[in-house]
Amino acid sequence: MTMDSMQSQSPRPRLSLGPILYHWPREQVLDFYAEMLETPVDVIYLGETVCSKRRLLRPEDYWELAERVVAAGKQAVISTLALIESDGELKTLKRICADERFLVEANDLGALEFLEGRPFVAGHSINLYNQRTLAFLVARGLKRWVLPVELGRETAADLLAARADGVECELFAFGRLPLAYSARCFTAYNRDLPKDDCRFCCGDYPDGLLVATQDGEPFLALNGIQTQSAGTHNLLPSLQEVTRMGVDLLRISPQSQHTAGIVDVFSACLTGDMDFSTGMSKLRDWTPLGLCDGYWTGQAGIANSPIERRV
Amino acid sequence: MELVCPAGNLPSLKAAVDNGADAVYIGFRDDTNARHFAGLNFGDKQIREGLKYARDRKVKVFVAVNTYAQPSGWSRWTAAVDRAADLGVDALILADMGVLDYAAERHPNLNLHLSVQGSATNPAAIGFMHRHFGIRRVVVPRVLSLAQVANLIENVEVPVEIFGFGSLCVMVEGRCLLSSYASGQSPNTYGACSPAAHVEWRDTPQGQETRLGGVLIERRGHGEPAGYPTLCKGRFTVEGEIRHAIEEPTSLNTLDILPGILAAGVSAIKLEGRQRSTRYVSQVTGVWREAIDACKRNPQAFRAKESWHQTLASVSEGAQTTIGPYHRPWH
Repeated sequence: MTMDSMQSQSPRPRLSLGPILYHWPREQVLDFYAEMLETPVDVIYLGETVCSKRRLLRPEDYWELAERVVAAGKQAVISTLALIESDGELKTLKRICADERFLVEANDLGALEFLEGRPFVAGHSINLYNQRTLAFLVARGLKRWVLPVELGRETAADLLAARADGVECELFAFGRLPLAYSARCFTAYNRDLPKDDCRFCCGDYPDGLLVATQDGEPFLALNGIQTQSAGTHNLLPSLQEVTRMGVDLLRISPQSQHTAGIVDVFSACLTGDMDFSTGMSKLRDWTPLGLCDGYWTGQAGIANSPIERRV
Repeated sequence: MELVCPAGNLPSLKAAVDNGADAVYIGFRDDTNARHFAGLNFGDKQIREGLKYARDRKVKVFVAVNTYAQPSGWSRWTAAVDRAADLGVDALILADMGVLDYAAERHPNLNLHLSVQGSATNPAAIGFMHRHFGIRRVVVPRVLSLAQVANLIENVEVPVEIFGFGSLCVMVEGRCLLSSYASGQSPNTYGACSPAAHVEWRDTPQGQETRLGGVLIERRGHGEPAGYPTLCKGRFTVEGEIRHAIEEPTSLNTLDILPGILAAGVSAIKLEGRQRSTRYVSQVTGVWREAIDACKRNPQAFRAKESWHQTLASVSEGAQTTIGPYHRPWH
């Protein structure tokens, strides 16, 4: 099937830009968003989702950025912390959820308590694995959910078939996979620093601290309390399939370099302005530690499926 | 404070009851629970016998249905809930919001506990689960310090259960996908971390290697002990150095902070290890019964006995134990 004939059946998925998962300098963050406003993403998620100690940008800064996103004709969503432990974190979460100017993405169950009764997005770290959870959260106000990253196309198709009208499904389509969260800061741990005196050493690793196996294979990336895949999850090879399925949004997770180029590749491949192999070759150049998509095809997340398994 | 002990089979259930458990938690023989291991868990006949054995001795039985259902397997989870309700168990330990919603609607009188796999770590999350599903207990993930646990207890209506002993999850439970990243199967989707079918042990000239889904997660010297092959306890290369990048092969032991746990108002202490032997269950249950009783009698004078530590060390995985996240410097 060509992309053109596909369009008559399902609208093309729109592109979203996930929250920045890393601790970048404030200027870099502001420059990054200035650049992103010029890209063909439709939705931009803004906010700190990993560590409450990172405060180079405060909620006020994200709200201000959100105003600019809206002024640029895009949707702004305020994203929240994935693991809420302390009173301070809970207080900030409550404050963010109380602001009704923008849609909010819940990433910890605690956010649901504050967002219930108004429209919200459930992020991929909310465990929405089945149709009953989906229906339950829709009744609470869910308008969009990001599929948990370990779930594949079969479950995505079942959930898409079961969803209520107007509820959107977003896939984590490109980026290092967020795999786990802990009380421990692994970046500080590997620098032999206690978390309470972390010296913001995660800032030294703009795309996470690489963990390789003892036989030299890149395996994980440590990003503060979050553990990510070293390989980059990539659904570009499955664009036709996700379009056919009626997926609404594809999320591109920011990396420190080439994010605008990655957005352009996805956008151009969706419209048919770029062929798949050109797109793949660009993405490979920008992700030196390799691509994977095993979760989507029902295998280990680290697997890189052969093309015939993808469509 | 209730002592909640693990049982992977009927002899272990009886051992837990005989050695002083207040409650025993078990699972069915499928992927609806987070210890989905070959040869482990309970059929209806064993559960009925176990229930009778426990009840006759005034011990409760909880059933864990604490993994996440996907649409294609949904009926297995609802069947597990119905089965537990029909058996008349004392509580059902659930994690999945959809399964909780089903259980609360279909069996309104059933005692529901929120599993550690439910990943609720703060008053707002617990309040949400309580309001919607009427949970009567929450098992909190191993991410909070003891001070945070005490603060949580002051701020929630729901009794709080914590893990006191056993193998230590480093990541917030219910949201760790490391196992499926390497193997395709995780606690959430399959009911096991590092499922045995995906683990390989190899003797090589460089050392003994453990692979998960083909990924080298540990290489140790000949003769070094091998623990359960979770990849979070393996050695990797970080900035040119081979090290335990996530955690050492330690297990959790909170015996030394028992007075603090009691003072914090913890309602129940859970011992991990449904996959462990009947001997393990007997030994750890006996020690913890004695320790809790001694602590309740006189918390100020409580000191963990050396003999308790020796007994626990003899059955612990790995040589080291830790207070883990309950102690802030661990973070």
